[in-house]
Amino acid sequence: MTAGVLWAQVAAVARRSVVRTSRQPAAVVFPLIFPMLLLLVNSGGLEASTNLPGFPTDSFVAFALAVPFIQGALFSTMNAGTDLARDIQTGFLNRLSLTSMRGTALIAGLLGGAVVLGLIQASFYVAVGLIIGVDFASGALGILVLFFFAAVISVSFGALGIFLALRTGSGEAIQGLFPLLFVFLFLSSMNTPRDLISVDWFRFVASINPVSYLIECVRSLIITGWDGRALGLGFGFAFLIGIVAITVATLALRQRLVRT
Amino acid sequence: MKTVERTNSIEVEGLVREFKKGPRAVDGIDLYVEPGEIYGFLGPNGAGKSTTVLMLTTLLPPTAGKARVGGYDVVAEGPKVRSVIGAALQEAALDPMLTGRDHLRLQATLQGISRAERRPRAQELLDRVGLSEAADRKVGGYSGGMKRRLDLALALVHRPRIIFLDEPTTGLDIQSRTALWDEVSRLAREDGVTIFLTTQYLEEADVLANRVGIIDHGHIVAEGTPQALKADIGLPSVHAVPVEHADRERLVVALAPYGESLDGGTGDVIIRLREGLAGLPAVVRAVDDAGLTLAHLEIQAPSLDDVFLAKTGRSLEGAGEDEPEEAETAA
Repeated sequence: MTAGVLWAQVAAVARRSVVRTSRQPAAVVFPLIFPMLLLLVNSGGLEASTNLPGFPTDSFVAFALAVPFIQGALFSTMNAGTDLARDIQTGFLNRLSLTSMRGTALIAGLLGGAVVLGLIQASFYVAVGLIIGVDFASGALGILVLFFFAAVISVSFGALGIFLALRTGSGEAIQGLFPLLFVFLFLSSMNTPRDLISVDWFRFVASINPVSYLIECVRSLIITGWDGRALGLGFGFAFLIGIVAITVATLALRQRLVRT
Repeated sequence: MKTVERTNSIEVEGLVREFKKGPRAVDGIDLYVEPGEIYGFLGPNGAGKSTTVLMLTTLLPPTAGKARVGGYDVVAEGPKVRSVIGAALQEAALDPMLTGRDHLRLQATLQGISRAERRPRAQELLDRVGLSEAADRKVGGYSGGMKRRLDLALALVHRPRIIFLDEPTTGLDIQSRTALWDEVSRLAREDGVTIFLTTQYLEEADVLANRVGIIDHGHIVAEGTPQALKADIGLPSVHAVPVEHADRERLVVALAPYGESLDGGTGDVIIRLREGLAGLPAVVRAVDDAGLTLAHLEIQAPSLDDVFLAKTGRSLEGAGEDEPEEAETAA
């Protein structure tokens, strides 16, 4: 198979992901609106946190704007996973298996679709941030890096969703796991900088939770500027999650596709 | 097994598929389908039809035995097999959010058809299966017949030499069924495509197939042209139903001297007339002499159901049971 054919297959699978999602308004609107509502609620209730000594900014909205990017990635997990699980349940995966499509094209295509949707979400969050007056400390270049980071975490979490779909073959199972993924978000530094968390166990859990570093990477670009350590940890964990998730998803695909 | 030739044939020898904690879904079948032939694989639910199709289309590894499709080994040369076959499996697996045209373009791309050819090929197939007007509507709104026609079009995208159709007309109304039969016949007649068709409809096998293989409990119990199979049975049967159900046993006794009693599982008293139609007057007299009144009396020429009945002792209708799930496959 030539590289051109493989690329065409990846693009076709990605296009299908985007088209089918765009034709389901709930699948598009909810990941955009829900994180923004949560941002507004948290900002209203936790604005006083900015008075804490050592709080890194005087705008809680700017501090919390990082969270929707991670929430969006979690939605990528669910979307990519449930789409693939539905394909398994309906036999559509069998249809694809009967073509000359390669397994790598399927995974890459699904991830391509997740990236497109992730970038649309990121654009929306950045636009809302700019409209409500958030000043991006890292400037226009920082916003570009933010988009790149959004693409990376869409791939990482999307691959996680694909793995779960291939292992369980059930859309309901993916949706059942979604709240569990949100637990990782709530047990992170989403609302308070780690060094200001006074409860020991919570600070410990937030410190070993990779989601904290993903949030802090985005947050650094918004409120700090160019923080090499935060960027390194954030991209490092994002790539690590992606490598692990893609590896296990590829292995799971081999087991799922029993074609000879 | 015959020597390897890259023809449109299907060659199967001793094919077996076992499921975990279950019986052999396919238990050592042999068959040969000629290039350009329509082969009807007839049997009730659970007989092993779909499992056979999954193995021949490379989606399920056989437990034992050999099969060559289009001259390629289904185990050792899976990608080559897939390149020469098209398949419409049981349940048209379509994405309700995509249009018919979206499906065809996706399928064409995944089959490696060039960009320039994708659009005209999609339109050609939409025209061919009569879906041009509905091409840009989401498939979620299609009727069962439209979905099946799209399914067939998708199987044809890359111009396969061999097509597998797994119960393609199940659940369709007679108009949709007839339209699909016409298209399948045309494919074999004009394009020389070999067609392996599973069905539980006797009429479908009778109308479409050049040859029929009858499968039950994983075994092929009869094989031949529909005409030859029916001729093998030879004699017509009389189907009688008494007005009073309590008279059924008396009716069986009264008709017993005139032929072999068949239990079709339908409640009818069925006798294969030993003397053919010449025995009918004696049957009527026997019913009269026994003082029985019939609600229904019918003479039937031998059908494929009679063939199934003769070979298995059961009628095809209602003989099925659910086929083991693919998920239960043993490694």
